[in-house]
Amino acid sequence: MTRVLAGADVARRVNSDLPGAAVRSNDGDVWVEPASILSVARFLKDTPGLEFSFLSSITAVDYIEYFELVYHLVSLTLNQSVVVKAKCYSRDEAHVQSVSSVWRGADFQEREIWDLFGIRFEGHPNLKRILLWEGFPGHPLRKDYLGQDI
Amino acid sequence: MTTVRTEPVTINLGPQHPSTHGVFRLRVTFDGEIIVDVEPVLGYLHRGSEKLAEGRTYVQVITLTDRMDYVASMSNNLAYVRAVEQLAGIEAPERAQYIRVISAELQRIASHLMATGFLLNDLGALATPLMYCFRERERILDLFEMLCGARITLSYMRPGGVFQDTPDDFWVALDTFLGNMPGYIDELEALISGNEIVLTRTRNVGILNDEQAIDFSVSGPMLRAAGVEWDLRKAAPYEIYDRLEFDIPIGGLGDTFDRYLVRIQEMRESIRIIQQCVRDIPSGSIRTKAPFFIRPPKGDTYAAVESPKGELGFYLVSDGGIAPYRCHARAPSFINITPLRDMLIGWKMSDLIIIFGSIDIVLGEVDR
Repeated sequence: MTRVLAGADVARRVNSDLPGAAVRSNDGDVWVEPASILSVARFLKDTPGLEFSFLSSITAVDYIEYFELVYHLVSLTLNQSVVVKAKCYSRDEAHVQSVSSVWRGADFQEREIWDLFGIRFEGHPNLKRILLWEGFPGHPLRKDYLGQDI
Repeated sequence: MTTVRTEPVTINLGPQHPSTHGVFRLRVTFDGEIIVDVEPVLGYLHRGSEKLAEGRTYVQVITLTDRMDYVASMSNNLAYVRAVEQLAGIEAPERAQYIRVISAELQRIASHLMATGFLLNDLGALATPLMYCFRERERILDLFEMLCGARITLSYMRPGGVFQDTPDDFWVALDTFLGNMPGYIDELEALISGNEIVLTRTRNVGILNDEQAIDFSVSGPMLRAAGVEWDLRKAAPYEIYDRLEFDIPIGGLGDTFDRYLVRIQEMRESIRIIQQCVRDIPSGSIRTKAPFFIRPPKGDTYAAVESPKGELGFYLVSDGGIAPYRCHARAPSFINITPLRDMLIGWKMSDLIIIFGSIDIVLGEVDR
C-alpha cells in the first residue's frame, strides 16, 4: 500500500535544507512558498528517503482570494506519496515557477493550467494554450469567468 | 557525387485522419523522410467537462465521466465514485465492490482489444484483424447491456455501490465469455505475435525507456512496457484487489512491440481476476444508503485507479455544497502523450502512425 507521508515530517525535512520554504502542513499535505517551489521540487526528487521521481498530477483550484496549486508526488521505488500545495495570491499577475525542468511530465499539465486558470509558469519552455485556441478570451476555470450558462 | 540539399517540409496530420484515433492534430516537420520536429495540437474535443462538473450534483457528474474515456467508461465511473466516496466517507458493500471489479476488468479487456485492433489497423492490416477484436468486445458490451442497459456511456456505478444488482442471465453469459476468451486471446496472439511484418515494424521502434517514462509521468501499459513494475492495483490496492491473485506483466525495452505484448498479457490477467471474483462474490446488498444530494464535508481528496490507459485519478474539492467546487481528472491519455515529440523524432512517417497508435489514447480523455 502506498504510504502517505505525514505533512509535518516532510515540512521539517524541507525546512532543514531550505529554511522557510515550507509554511504549513497537515496530515498528508505540505504548503510551500510559491517562490521556492522549484528548489523544493528538486529537493523532494533528489533526497534519498524521499525520492519523489514521479509527478502524478498537477492541478489548480480557484479559491477566489488565491489560487492553490496542487502537486501529487509519488515515489515508485519507496511506494510513498505526498501532496505539495502552493498559494498564489495575485489574480492579474498570477505566476509561479515551472517545475518542468525537474519532471518533464509537468509540461502539458502546466500548459493546461495556464490555459484554464491563467497562472503563468515562469521558466516553462513552451507556455502556450493547449486545449483552447490562442486568442480565446479569459480563462474558463476561474470562478469569475462568465461564459454561457452551465 | 553531388550532395542534394533538402529543405524541411512541414506536414499537417489530422485533425480528421483515420489513424489519429479521434480528432488529434500533429504538425510534423520532415527533413526528407525523417521527422525532425513534432508539435501536437489538441483541444478539438474539449467540452469543458471540469467546468460543467462545477454546476452539477455529485451524482450527475458520473455521466460526464462516461464521456471522457468513452471506450472505458466503467473505469472512469469507478475512479470518480471512489473519489466521491472518499470525500463523503461512504463505503460500498462487499458485493458491490466485487461487481465493480468484474466490470472494470471486463472494461480493461474491451479497451485493450480496441488498442490491439487499431494498432494492426495502423500497421496496414486494414479492418480484418480489427473485426476479430471487435467480435470479442461485442460480447463484453452485451454483458454491460445486461448490467445497466447501456453499451458505451454506462453510468453504472454510484457513490456507495452500483446502480442495480446483476440479472441472473448475466452470470450465465459471463461464464460463456470466460470460457471462450482465453482461446480467442491465443488465436489473436498466434496471428500477431509471431508475424514477421508486425515484428519488423514494431520491434525496436519508438522506444521509451524506464527513466524517460518516469520522468514524463507516463503510466499504465506504457510505463510497464518500459520495465517498471508499477500498477495501482498492486501498489495501492483499492476495492478488493488485495484479495486477488494476479501478476503484473512488464516489458523489457519499452518499444512498440512491448506495449502491444503487455496489453495482451494484461487481458489474460484480467480473466484470472474475473474468475476469482465470480468464485468469491458474496450475496448481500449492492448499495449503501447515500442521500441523493450528497453534501461532503469541506475538504479535498484525490482517488486514483488503474484504468486501461494508466493512472486515472480524480481530485475533488468540496465546499460543503451539493456540487463539487472543483473536479479535476488526471487523465492518463493526456499525460501519456507528453513524450510524443521525443519518441517520434528521428523516425519516418509510417513509424509515426504506429508509435502514436501504440500509446493508445482516447481523445475524449485527452481534451475532456
